Amino acid sequence: MKRLIFMLPLAGFLLIGAYLAIGLSLDPQKLPSLLEGKPVPEFDLPPIAGRDDAGFSSEDLKGGVSMVNIFGSWCVACRVEHPFLMKIKENDWVPIHGIDWREMDREAGPAWLRRFGDPYTLVGDDPKSKAAIAFGVTGAPETFIVDGAGIVRYKHVGPITQQSWDETLKPLIDQLQQGS
Amino acid sequence: MIYRAFILALISMTMMMPAHAVDPDEILKDPALEARARVVGKELRCLVCQNQSIDDSDADLARDLRVLVRERITQGDSNEEVIDYVVSRYGDFVLLNPPFKFKTYALWFGPWVILVFGMGVIWVFYRRRQTAGNDSEMPVNVLSEREEARIKKLMDEDKS
Repeated sequence: MKRLIFMLPLAGFLLIGAYLAIGLSLDPQKLPSLLEGKPVPEFDLPPIAGRDDAGFSSEDLKGGVSMVNIFGSWCVACRVEHPFLMKIKENDWVPIHGIDWREMDREAGPAWLRRFGDPYTLVGDDPKSKAAIAFGVTGAPETFIVDGAGIVRYKHVGPITQQSWDETLKPLIDQLQQGS
Repeated sequence: MIYRAFILALISMTMMMPAHAVDPDEILKDPALEARARVVGKELRCLVCQNQSIDDSDADLARDLRVLVRERITQGDSNEEVIDYVVSRYGDFVLLNPPFKFKTYALWFGPWVILVFGMGVIWVFYRRRQTAGNDSEMPVNVLSEREEARIKKLMDEDKS
């Protein structure tokens, strides 16, 4: 009995230690998406210059699986991701719509797409984070997979890579495309 | 004199206020609405620098959230409605004050449980020490007959 009492501080230490170890191993940047399984939020964005679409709104997301990609010409990780988006477009795997987020200069987004290529079907201009906040975006790039009924199925944080495409995004898109 | 200056400096340090990131062009004309926006802004976490409120953060996203809070307040939303909207987008995580619900019971009750437990341990500890003192009455050494005789002898010698 006496022995057990002396073990108590040690047990407490181990308990707290385990708790903190779990806490430290979690990535605070990875937030659960509240949108998964819910309809895309309402938004209606004007077009950016140099494109012939009339902007991008939540209505455009009905009728067919698509991806919504939040990018910006100021965003370094988007530049890393960009060649892969071009590859998706070239192979016609899934339509990608873009939300050009927080451009201070109205020419920056169009110039960026001219320089690196334009993988987007529709692009909306979102200088004041209207759509970005509605989507619960915390940083760029982020990509949402939307099914044919306009329901958000998946949120991908950070650049899409060949690996994340092969392992997660592609299987899900295939599955959704077969379902619709 | 120098002490007085030192104490004054210490006192003034306690009165320091954190600098706000709210830009002059964001501030609403109506001071009452602006005051409400400040209250809401202090409740909401900046998603970029996660330990700051959107009022304290210089991040672009925090600025846009402040503007959004002000727009909604101007449109007639209550403070709760504004906060609920942001929570519906980003989850409970944006609240700097965690909500009181089943998932957070451990957070709210944990410290009190530990406090009560600790007080219990201290109480038991002292109780035991006290009762230990009372129960174990030291056996009083009784003098042997020889010793008694010797004392008697010594005292008698003294008298004479």
